[in-house]
Amino acid sequence: MAYSDKVIDHYTNPRNVGTLDKSSTKVGTGLVGAPECGDVMRLQIEVNEENVITDAKFKTFGCGSAIASSSLATEWLKGKSIDEAMSIDNMDIVEELALPPVKIHCSVLAEDAIKAAINDYRIKNGLEPIVSEKAHH
Amino acid sequence: MNLPIYLDNNATTPMDPRVLDAMVPYFTQKFGNAASRNHAFGWAAEEGIDYAREQVAKLIGANEKEIIFTSGATEADNLAIKGVFEMYKEKGNHIITCVTEHKAVLDTCKHLEKAGASVTYLPVKEDGLIDLQELENAITDKTILVSIMYGNNEIGVIQPIKEIAAIAHKHGALFFTDATQAVGKIPVDVIADGIDLLAFSGHKMYGPKGVGALYVRRKNPRVKVTAQMDGGGHERGMRSGTLNVPGIVGFGKACELCRLEMAEESKRLSALRDKLEASLTTLEESYVNGNREFRLPHVANISFKYVEGEGLMMAMKDMAVSSGSACTSASLEPSYVLKSLGLSDDLAHSSIRFGLGRFTTEEEVDFAIEQTKKAVNHLRDLSPLWEMFKEGIDLDKVEWVEH
Repeated sequence: MAYSDKVIDHYTNPRNVGTLDKSSTKVGTGLVGAPECGDVMRLQIEVNEENVITDAKFKTFGCGSAIASSSLATEWLKGKSIDEAMSIDNMDIVEELALPPVKIHCSVLAEDAIKAAINDYRIKNGLEPIVSEKAHH
Repeated sequence: MNLPIYLDNNATTPMDPRVLDAMVPYFTQKFGNAASRNHAFGWAAEEGIDYAREQVAKLIGANEKEIIFTSGATEADNLAIKGVFEMYKEKGNHIITCVTEHKAVLDTCKHLEKAGASVTYLPVKEDGLIDLQELENAITDKTILVSIMYGNNEIGVIQPIKEIAAIAHKHGALFFTDATQAVGKIPVDVIADGIDLLAFSGHKMYGPKGVGALYVRRKNPRVKVTAQMDGGGHERGMRSGTLNVPGIVGFGKACELCRLEMAEESKRLSALRDKLEASLTTLEESYVNGNREFRLPHVANISFKYVEGEGLMMAMKDMAVSSGSACTSASLEPSYVLKSLGLSDDLAHSSIRFGLGRFTTEEEVDFAIEQTKKAVNHLRDLSPLWEMFKEGIDLDKVEWVEH
């Protein structure tokens, strides 16, 4: 199976690799997946007073498509409001990276990581977590 | 040095140019059907087959009459196991094999279970070897066949074949071995080892694809298998079908080259393999899988903890290797062989198999070492697990959100 150029680009030059201070109230952290499954994504966002994501970082244990999906997600998140970020759909990632069917789960994991990071931020700031109407599991 | 470099010689080997040279005349000039007994074209083909049969037999210490040509090791595995089951079913229905066998053996056994066979799948110890006492304990008066592979395709461990054969014979069972990875790489002698049936294949030893053989013992005891293919009664009635003359001629040549060059080649390859392993295990949290004493000279299977195999292979883009990670195959489970050793799923996901071969150079191994180290470090920089490990977090205690 050959990778798309965009997957290779994100894999070779991953954007926004790194770690934000997870104890900060401005930072939301989403850690999804499990080592036994061969995929673990950690996605972090930093949010300002206007509810806009000013920074995003990731680290991913997984295949090239998982790394590319999370790298792309951090790119998309920067500058978006929380509401806009909530509406990122895994199929947008599939389309952008031209993921084959066997790799769709990588995009699902990225979407889950975004939502987990947002909810972590909300809980830290005394807000209700948003329950996704989409059931992936 | 040409890129990418090929380090997946357990999957298949490139054909030796000397093998190709031997095959060429049998496509266009000596194209006859080896079963055509009444003209020169048939005789020429038959002569090629006879010579190849001797070359093949000699490599494993057999008589040429004991070689049944097949389309490869998968077919030979099927013929051996199904053929013995059908031929000896009056005597019993019990087969003993092991969990790390190739799918061609495991799935054949599963198939026979539906046809009334009772199959014991022996576990392996954490070094990949079976426990001989467990084997002996598993034998019943219904046991007709013990089927244990010679060398493992993923981790390269060599089972104690002679001892296994002796235990099988002590209890009146036949002993079959899938020796696809071992023949041509290490000395295999059906007499000294006490093997009754043995499967192997051309393309794992620098011969062509689509040709292999089943050794079927003719003396002490005389072993018979029921044919799995009906037709013209070729190969002493055990495998019908027009013989693949160029393929068999090439297989014969490949066997001869292995016999003559094995001693030197295995010494060279095990030195290169040891160099590769010694260098790569200087990386933190890297582990060699399988027994390191009893194993094939050209295989190294190493887990690099906290990186995922497929992601790793993508970074090793100038080299062809193989991974035990699920992501590389159609199934979602990581390697069943590595899991049988008791490796956790995450270590199985993190494994890379390096398979060296006749045409692997030291320059290529040095390149592989450098590129692998770079790739592991790159992936660890991206890995949240590596970061957590470095922070001293016990990953077993983390509550993962399973996907």
